[in-house]
Amino acid sequence: MTVSPTVDATSERVIALFERLPALVETNADLVRRGHFLTTDFAIVIGATPLLVRVEAGRVTAVTRGPFLLRPWTFSITATPETWLKLLKAVPDPGTHDLMALSKVGLARIEGNLQPFMANLQVIKDIVTAPRALM
Amino acid sequence: MKATFEPIVGRYAHLTLSGRPHRLYIEEAGSGIPLVCLHTAGADGRQFRHLLNDAAITRDYRVIVFDMPWHGKSLPPAGFETEEYQLTTAAYTQMVLDVCDALELDRPVVMGCSIGGRLVLNLAAEHPERFRALIGLESAAHQQPWYDTEWLNRPDVHGGEVCAALVSGMMAPQSPAESRHETLWMYKCGGPGIFKGDLYFYRVDGDLREKVARIDTKRCPLYMLTGEYDFSCTPEDSQRAAALIKGADLTIMKELGHFPMSENPAQFRRYIMPVLEKIRSAK
Repeated sequence: MTVSPTVDATSERVIALFERLPALVETNADLVRRGHFLTTDFAIVIGATPLLVRVEAGRVTAVTRGPFLLRPWTFSITATPETWLKLLKAVPDPGTHDLMALSKVGLARIEGNLQPFMANLQVIKDIVTAPRALM
Repeated sequence: MKATFEPIVGRYAHLTLSGRPHRLYIEEAGSGIPLVCLHTAGADGRQFRHLLNDAAITRDYRVIVFDMPWHGKSLPPAGFETEEYQLTTAAYTQMVLDVCDALELDRPVVMGCSIGGRLVLNLAAEHPERFRALIGLESAAHQQPWYDTEWLNRPDVHGGEVCAALVSGMMAPQSPAESRHETLWMYKCGGPGIFKGDLYFYRVDGDLREKVARIDTKRCPLYMLTGEYDFSCTPEDSQRAAALIKGADLTIMKELGHFPMSENPAQFRRYIMPVLEKIRSAK
């Protein structure tokens, strides 16, 4: 049995936001339309906690909280919970307003097989920032 | 509904750039001081349509916007199919000089954005006598790259989609959706490998960190305006360049990003009008 480590309150808040991705994406018909070529498993990593996001034809069908034992994913996006909250602000501040802006300055790490990431970049950025609607 | 027409006139000019024949698409509006506008990498002159339509500008300025070869409605030159497009500092500089000569412009103002903003620094360093003033939007002598340009032109990634997706985050969240998506549309329309070829100038061939120190703003005034949301050419990048140029006039623009003239024309107008007025009133 995998024991979940203790997670701080900020991480819990960010995790709760991303756990709502299935419904958030489902209500955005345009995003689902644009994402219909995307089927993948990718990880959003909040501090040390990975969330495995399953995307099928543009729909987020599952968000599963780690840690995992030898579970594969195609690519991962890692940032601290504080950085995720800055990205997810309803009107984000300059410099923390875009995933690639975070990556440029080392606040986010994007790793793994990046071909699906780059081929579907706008859709993935829009999925990841969908929780802005809740802020 | 009866059509209404904008005051912009678009024509195709036949001229030579660095000695090579070209068919160049040029739009212009207004009369007075020539104001030549240089679009960003991988896009085209449509970015400046709001300036061309602004009567308060065209009253005093002859606004001229050309699509660089390989961009927009300008064709690549004959024989392009056997070469890889790569913009160099020398070719880009000569392109602007050749266009100004071909149009017989008398000491025009040149305003360039991004790669155009970089180029005006080179014009300021090498050809100050040719220009009444220079305006660099999202302008810096150098900036750190943030992705591998190999992604921009390969068969397993749609070039237009990835170019647009990369630059989409360089705009301010406050910019109107309609204007942001119009800006992205130009990136989706770009020819294969053209954005990448433009970035050869931006990333490889156009490091001006040593050259900008020789810019003499007494010979040609230099205005720099950078959007606070531009993470590609950051305000700090522009500040570093401006610190090396005595007399450079740098403004950091609120609620704007890398494409001020097209992503939020109304907000950009608040910043560019005082600059154009200063240039107009200078004797």
